[in-house]
Amino acid sequence: MRLLVTAIALSLILVPPAAADSWSQVLDEARGQSVYWHAWAGDTRVNDYLEWVKRQVRDEHDIELVHVKIDDTGAAVSRVLAERSAGNHDDGSIDLIWLNGENFAAMKENDLLFDPFAERLPNFALTFPEHNPEVVTDFTLPTEGYESPWGKAQITFYYDASEVGDEPPRSMTQLLTWAEANPGRFTYPRLPDFLGSTFLKQALIALVDDSDALYEPVAQSDFEDVTAPLWEYLDALHPHLWRSGRQFPANGPELRRLMADGEVALAFTFNPAEPAAAVADFELPETTRSYVLDGGTLGNVHFVAIPFNSPRRAAAMVVADFLLSPEAQARKQDISVWGDPTVLDVTRLDAETRALFEQERDNPALLAPEALTETLPEPHPSWMTALQDAWQARYVGR
Amino acid sequence: MLRLAPWLIVILLVGPILAGLTMAVLPAFGYLPALGGHAFSLEPWRLLLAQPGLARSVGVSFASGLITTAISLAVVLLFLAGVSGSRLDRWIRRLVAPLLSIPHAAAAFGLAFLIAPSGLLSRLVSPGLTGWERPPDVLIVQDPWGLSLMAGLIIKEIPFLLLMCLAALPQLDPERRVAMARSLGYRPTTAWLKVVTPSLYPLIRLPVFAVIAYATSVVDVALILGPTLPPTLAVSILVWFNDPDLSRRFMASAGAVLQLGVTAAALIAWWCLERLVARLGRHWLARGGRGSGDLPLRLAGKGLIGLATFTAFAGIAGLALYSIAGFWRFPDALPQGLTAAHWLRALPALAGPVATTALIAIGATLIALALTLAALENEQRTGRQPAQGRLLSALTLLYLPLIVPQIAFLFGLVVVMESLGTRPTHALVIFGHLLFVLPYVFLSLAESYRRFDPRWSQLAVSLGASRNGAFWRVRLPLLLAPLLTAAAVGLAVSIGQYLPTLLLGAGRVPTVTTEAVSLAAGGNRRVIGVWAMVQASLPLVGFVIAVGLPRLLWRNRRDMRGSP
Repeated sequence: MRLLVTAIALSLILVPPAAADSWSQVLDEARGQSVYWHAWAGDTRVNDYLEWVKRQVRDEHDIELVHVKIDDTGAAVSRVLAERSAGNHDDGSIDLIWLNGENFAAMKENDLLFDPFAERLPNFALTFPEHNPEVVTDFTLPTEGYESPWGKAQITFYYDASEVGDEPPRSMTQLLTWAEANPGRFTYPRLPDFLGSTFLKQALIALVDDSDALYEPVAQSDFEDVTAPLWEYLDALHPHLWRSGRQFPANGPELRRLMADGEVALAFTFNPAEPAAAVADFELPETTRSYVLDGGTLGNVHFVAIPFNSPRRAAAMVVADFLLSPEAQARKQDISVWGDPTVLDVTRLDAETRALFEQERDNPALLAPEALTETLPEPHPSWMTALQDAWQARYVGR
Repeated sequence: MLRLAPWLIVILLVGPILAGLTMAVLPAFGYLPALGGHAFSLEPWRLLLAQPGLARSVGVSFASGLITTAISLAVVLLFLAGVSGSRLDRWIRRLVAPLLSIPHAAAAFGLAFLIAPSGLLSRLVSPGLTGWERPPDVLIVQDPWGLSLMAGLIIKEIPFLLLMCLAALPQLDPERRVAMARSLGYRPTTAWLKVVTPSLYPLIRLPVFAVIAYATSVVDVALILGPTLPPTLAVSILVWFNDPDLSRRFMASAGAVLQLGVTAAALIAWWCLERLVARLGRHWLARGGRGSGDLPLRLAGKGLIGLATFTAFAGIAGLALYSIAGFWRFPDALPQGLTAAHWLRALPALAGPVATTALIAIGATLIALALTLAALENEQRTGRQPAQGRLLSALTLLYLPLIVPQIAFLFGLVVVMESLGTRPTHALVIFGHLLFVLPYVFLSLAESYRRFDPRWSQLAVSLGASRNGAFWRVRLPLLLAPLLTAAAVGLAVSIGQYLPTLLLGAGRVPTVTTEAVSLAAGGNRRVIGVWAMVQASLPLVGFVIAVGLPRLLWRNRRDMRGSP
């Protein structure tokens, strides 16, 4: 009996709290490993930031991070799928993927992701998920720890004030009136691009009487009935768009290039800091201004996930944890670096850490931080697919 | 050992393509266990046929294959007919190399920037001549009929067909043929068209087929210049393969099989056109017209090739200017300021990809050269000359990688390679590049090798050299110039590869081209300008060496410096 008590007492003394122990094991295991991170590389500022992350994790954790530059996240999903088709279950070539929304839904549904890991990351607690459900929800789907939050995006409109003046359209109905008065000066990316899809969802939320149905799978509602006002709106809008709606840019970057070339005067993006950064990069005129529609715009969180067959999960988790550190998040939010809003709950951090996140406020092209408080949540991902199909059936090949 | 070379080439080229195609055909009929497809079905085809605008996608792909090829070929033949034997000939030969070294995507970006309503041409004349303060809202680039796509392809296919013609012409002895015809009273251009073309065409027939196949299935140029609602078939397939909805992989595979069918249909249609032209041409030849419209034909040839060359270089110049541009917006003809910022930002990231690109290109080219030389030497020693221009000769197999659309078999090839347990490495990427480098190296070298006067080797052997000795010490040094040209072509082909590098390297093997394409996704024309310059300059280095080295080594042996 005494022996047992001693044993229990000893075990209490010798065994530290389980979580910290397992995390230090992860750190040990990660040492010396390489992490192949497949991440969209269309923005030199994002790439430069990843270079910085690479140096940091090499110095702090002895991890060799390799940024595998891809032009489409779907290509990485294809790769994991090809590996599973070929029976490669434990020596995959991808350790980390930057993704969200449809790509996450597809990978999760097809069991292409590694076990839940997000809650095991020490820095994950700084996002205060109990107060910020968006960091554990990806397009209405609960992430269940299969991906770890990295940054935020919100639809932000920008315009050339030298042409548009101080009164840009502030709602979907005003946008239609504005387009009628300024034919050919606005457009949106063609579907299935995700920014274009988001524009449709934004319009749909504004046009339907009751948006509750949008947060359930599309199969549970009458798609034709719910979306009828949207098609009526688009049919009215298209003749007044750039190229009279006979042609659309491929994606957000191409839309920005149309702004840069002066082909359109009003555009929108998912990265609130993009217009200001493009001005600094000589792309957009200095008269560029940003704003958010009245009543808020759609916003979402983007994540990193680990494929099921990654052989270097420990190092991938350490990198995901580093990405959530206040140091890395603050640098990412810095407009001169990337300008991607943080997923940490800054208001709940201690004063010293909070100071890292002070923003510069005098950049005229930059959105005021309080503008991003009105965020509309993303509808269920099945709506995105349904809208894409319906849009294409309606406007392609005519 | 030498006798194995032709077989090795056939296995290397045909094996991966057949394996890759199989892995595309199975999912097209519903079989892909990784995604829960265990039974064969026609569901993927039903879905594919229900895609909006599919007929139009197929139509544009088919038409751009035929029209691009017809116009490029016509321009090249008219030009050659007009300048044969003149000094211009040498000038155009010099321009072929730099034109070929411009990557397709860079040329397409250049053209798009040149002709867009807010592009360079429009900026040069606005608002002065046109009064446009804003770019006019007209649809030019990415037009629904694929005209800008075809223009972009024609600009790049003209130099390729020209190179192929120039390589084939010497064995036809065109000067003497034309002299003979002229003595019978034919005007020079008409004479060339009537007595050289009929013999030249069979020799360049397979390259022409390669152009048709390329133009029907091209992805990168179509993404930049092609129609969008709907895009061409190849672009649609790529979108479906990358769709987050994984069940679309089945439909994408069906699309890949359809693409193969469209390419085959375009080839068959061309074959029928060949018959028709041959029949009509026979009357034209036999009628004996001496050429009343000689001058317009010659001017058309020179004018069109001049226009194509000028357009390509002007587009590249526009991109070069953009790579150092500060703020530059319509209607300014020039940037408001110049800056080195874009280059300085790219430089630290350049070293790695440039080294990898060079390693892979040199590796693939050396292997291709070795195999090609072995096969050609074997041909010489056994005295068997393969029949040329016939569709069913062994040479046709060489063209397989150029004729089967990349998008149809590369996705399947990745699965095959994974099942064989090979992991993405530089070696696997070199192997993938070899599929495309080998045919071009073989085609570039074969003609010079076969035309090489056999008496040189006979003389060496009679003086006591072994056959191998004669090969290494007589034949190779004498063939240095064509060898280097073939190597330069091989390097250029390897450097330009995007899909094979990305798919077989799992993205872990970053080359200049994969970096350029992923950065192009950001749409920043300044960054695109920087990377396009880097991408175009690497192959140019190869061509400069190919032209310069023989001149340096043989500076006191005029006839060994090679053309030009």
